[in-house]
Amino acid sequence: MKLPAPVSFAVGLVPALAAGWLLFPRLLYRTEAQPLAFNHKAHAEGGMACTDCHAVAENGRFAGLPSTESCAGCHAEKGESKTINALVASYVEPGREVPWLVHARQPDNVYFPHAPHVTTGKLACTRCHGPEGESTTPRAYQVNRLSGYSRDLWGPSMTRAGRKEWQGMKMSDCIHCHRAGGRESACLDCHK
Amino acid sequence: MHTTKHSSTLPAHRYTLVVDLDRCTGCGACGTACAVENNIPPANEKATERTGTVWMRVLEAPASSAAGGPTTFVPIPCQQCDNPPCVDVCPQRAIEYDPRTGIVGQIPVRCLGCRYCMVACPYHTRSFNWWSPEWPAGMESTLNPDVSVRTRGVVEKCNFCVQRLQAARAKASAAGQKEIDPADYVPACVEACPSRALYFGDAADEKSEVAVLSKDGESFRLLAALGTGPKVFYRSSDPVVRERLSRTGVTRG
Repeated sequence: MKLPAPVSFAVGLVPALAAGWLLFPRLLYRTEAQPLAFNHKAHAEGGMACTDCHAVAENGRFAGLPSTESCAGCHAEKGESKTINALVASYVEPGREVPWLVHARQPDNVYFPHAPHVTTGKLACTRCHGPEGESTTPRAYQVNRLSGYSRDLWGPSMTRAGRKEWQGMKMSDCIHCHRAGGRESACLDCHK
Repeated sequence: MHTTKHSSTLPAHRYTLVVDLDRCTGCGACGTACAVENNIPPANEKATERTGTVWMRVLEAPASSAAGGPTTFVPIPCQQCDNPPCVDVCPQRAIEYDPRTGIVGQIPVRCLGCRYCMVACPYHTRSFNWWSPEWPAGMESTLNPDVSVRTRGVVEKCNFCVQRLQAARAKASAAGQKEIDPADYVPACVEACPSRALYFGDAADEKSEVAVLSKDGESFRLLAALGTGPKVFYRSSDPVVRERLSRTGVTRG
């Protein structure tokens, strides 16, 4: 039996698209667990600001993740919860840093200083990082098997349809905002 | 992001290097400091004078007069032209003239390795990576995190330590300032020069040292007649040195 041309075309196209859009993303990303079940919300409700732990250093760079020492300022002893016990046993007592998997980490050739965006530009943390402060458990960290980059750089949706402003940290996302504000810049302002 | 010629409209900042040839002893500290700052790998054992990666080359010009006289050493980084021929020929737009700083920026990840820019550059200041960069075991930990390592197959050159400009800008932002502190942006070669033969600054500021030095009668530019408009100036009190270098360029040392 010979199928009409549009039908046989669709028979090939549909599985190909399904494989490309549904199967391939699953193969492309590997999910890794964060070392501790950190609860951002509990800390924020306790009255802490983002910058209490994630500060911009004096030289304008991001001081990044809090050190184990600063965690130990409040959580020096075991007892309050399973996560705190794990923190104290695995990191505070041996004096090790927590090997967090950073969703927003950019590729090696990107230079992103926080100060011009946060201090000068007065952007809220949530503008690029989303409602991370309301999370009670860490999101799954997904890493691109080919590039080694975090999935957050592309965003959760492969098609990027209906993407929220803070989903995705591709170069085009940076440029979009820079152009909108008339802050177009040279390549080497952000690349190294 | 278009690259345009700026021979008529000069940038708001004009980062400029002035090399005092009378002071240069040819020690090569500038090139070493440059290599360390910019993650330039140790030379491959097969590398030659033509195929090695050097951003700051120190050439030797013959004695200044027929009667002898001292040899002149000429440090040659990218001349940071205001009218850069490399930008015009690049099919990838992997070289960009920043109209706000005058810096000719090389973007190695965009480079396809055709080396047309190396042909176009009259100063031979560009290097092609013929080999994958390799450091002896343990030396990777000395790499500068502010400069990404280039792969094999791309062209690279001096960017006037633009990573230090980025850092200075971030520091100014953190302090709530619009303009950087000039003391925060000094390229590695200038910082390292033991005989203080290198001056660096913003020539758009008329009172700056580089603006004053580059305009007096003792300063000149290499192959000025080509109209490339370099922002690297050379100076010497010896008129013979000035005459020979500005007219003919420099022989390969």
